[in-house]
Amino acid sequence: MIRVQLPYHLQTLARVGREVELQIEGVATLSSVIDALETQYPALRGTVRDYVTGQRRDFIRFFACGQDMSLEPLNTPLPVGVVRGSEPFRIVGAMAGG
Amino acid sequence: MSSVRVLVGTHKGAFILTSDSKRKKWEVSEPLFAGWEIYHMNGSPMNPNRLYASQSTGWFGQMIQRSDDGGKTWEPVGNKFTYEGVPGTHLWYDGTQHPWEFKRVWRLEPSLTEADTVYAGVEDAAMFRSTDGGQTWNELAGLREAKGHLWQPGAGGMCLHTIILDPDNPQRIFIAISAAGAFRTEDGGKSWKPINQGLQSGEIPDTSAEVGHCVHNLAMHPSNPNVLFMQKHWDVMRSENAGDSWKEISGNLPSDFGFPIAVHAHEPNTIYVVPIKSDSEHFPPNGKLRVYRSRTGGNKWEALTKGLPQSDCYVNVLRSALAVDTLDSCGIYFGTTGGQVYASSDSGDSWMPIASNLPAVLSVEVQTLP
Repeated sequence: MIRVQLPYHLQTLARVGREVELQIEGVATLSSVIDALETQYPALRGTVRDYVTGQRRDFIRFFACGQDMSLEPLNTPLPVGVVRGSEPFRIVGAMAGG
Repeated sequence: MSSVRVLVGTHKGAFILTSDSKRKKWEVSEPLFAGWEIYHMNGSPMNPNRLYASQSTGWFGQMIQRSDDGGKTWEPVGNKFTYEGVPGTHLWYDGTQHPWEFKRVWRLEPSLTEADTVYAGVEDAAMFRSTDGGQTWNELAGLREAKGHLWQPGAGGMCLHTIILDPDNPQRIFIAISAAGAFRTEDGGKSWKPINQGLQSGEIPDTSAEVGHCVHNLAMHPSNPNVLFMQKHWDVMRSENAGDSWKEISGNLPSDFGFPIAVHAHEPNTIYVVPIKSDSEHFPPNGKLRVYRSRTGGNKWEALTKGLPQSDCYVNVLRSALAVDTLDSCGIYFGTTGGQVYASSDSGDSWMPIASNLPAVLSVEVQTLP
């Protein structure tokens, strides 16, 4: 079970609290966790990654086990702590704008 | 008893303002989609309780929300706007070609005749249509063939901001794109023609240029779909032939720069604009917020000031932030970048603020409910 923490606006869109739990089949990667998130919460499709390019949106950041994974390729495996569920995978709206 | 519902999109959420037909006492809703930019909200002419909202931010991209109970509850619908085929390129600021990239939805226009059909005008400029209530969207790609490679974004982005559906002919649609111009289709959106002959834009040396004109807004009275009114970057214009040619009707306006234009609900020759000082200073001339009305279809204009601030006012009224109701005594409404929404229940003779401290207003639409 992967624990995913969401920024406020995605919580309101998906009508969930700060943290959701996702079941991932196979190797848990950045890409597979977003796939699972969008499948379980269709309202979030297109909000974390661009529909056309499939790339992370500019002002979205990914953190796990104290590491900034935002610039890692989307097929990067998630850290063991996240896979075991002892640490959350954090999707963060970057500090920017007014 | 009739009532009025005013749909206000702002920089930080949406608000619904409601009143009975007297339009003296107003209720302002709690913010909807708080914290998001709401470029536009609009209701279906066929089913007033069906509303659409364009919700976006720079962080999380574009959402479309739909309500089927007049705005009490909302559900996200489809937000996948992908250009048809290979999108190609348009003109960029440095003269090179630049790929089309979807940014946001500026305009949502529900069909006049099909309950689940709704059109979306987007940036980078293109037209999309949904026939399933907003769940899925398909581009009307013929529009970008109307010299799209020569379109170039203005300061506000290359946005398709105006959609006017012809009530007499479902196959005919008028649209306008910032810094590209006005366009018309006669075949339901398959093919499009630039309709910009007669526009004079000082920034364009070629006076016969088919595209490149910065059209800010279009308006039409449903009883006469061949007559179009236009607020351009500079100049207020009129066409008698569905846009085939245009003549200037700026007349005695203190400035012919502005953003919105609207037509009275019952008087096809009565039109409204809000003059702005210049393209460099986006606020009313002399700090006086004045709506100008022409009862002659242009050229002769009168200032409407009663109830509007006449000193120290430096707000702007954006292109989608002026609208009318259809009650017997026509109501006129506009919102400002200062967060005020003003209403007139007497065709503009007098005004009152119906909301005063909202975030910057991006759009205003009005529904007249039975």
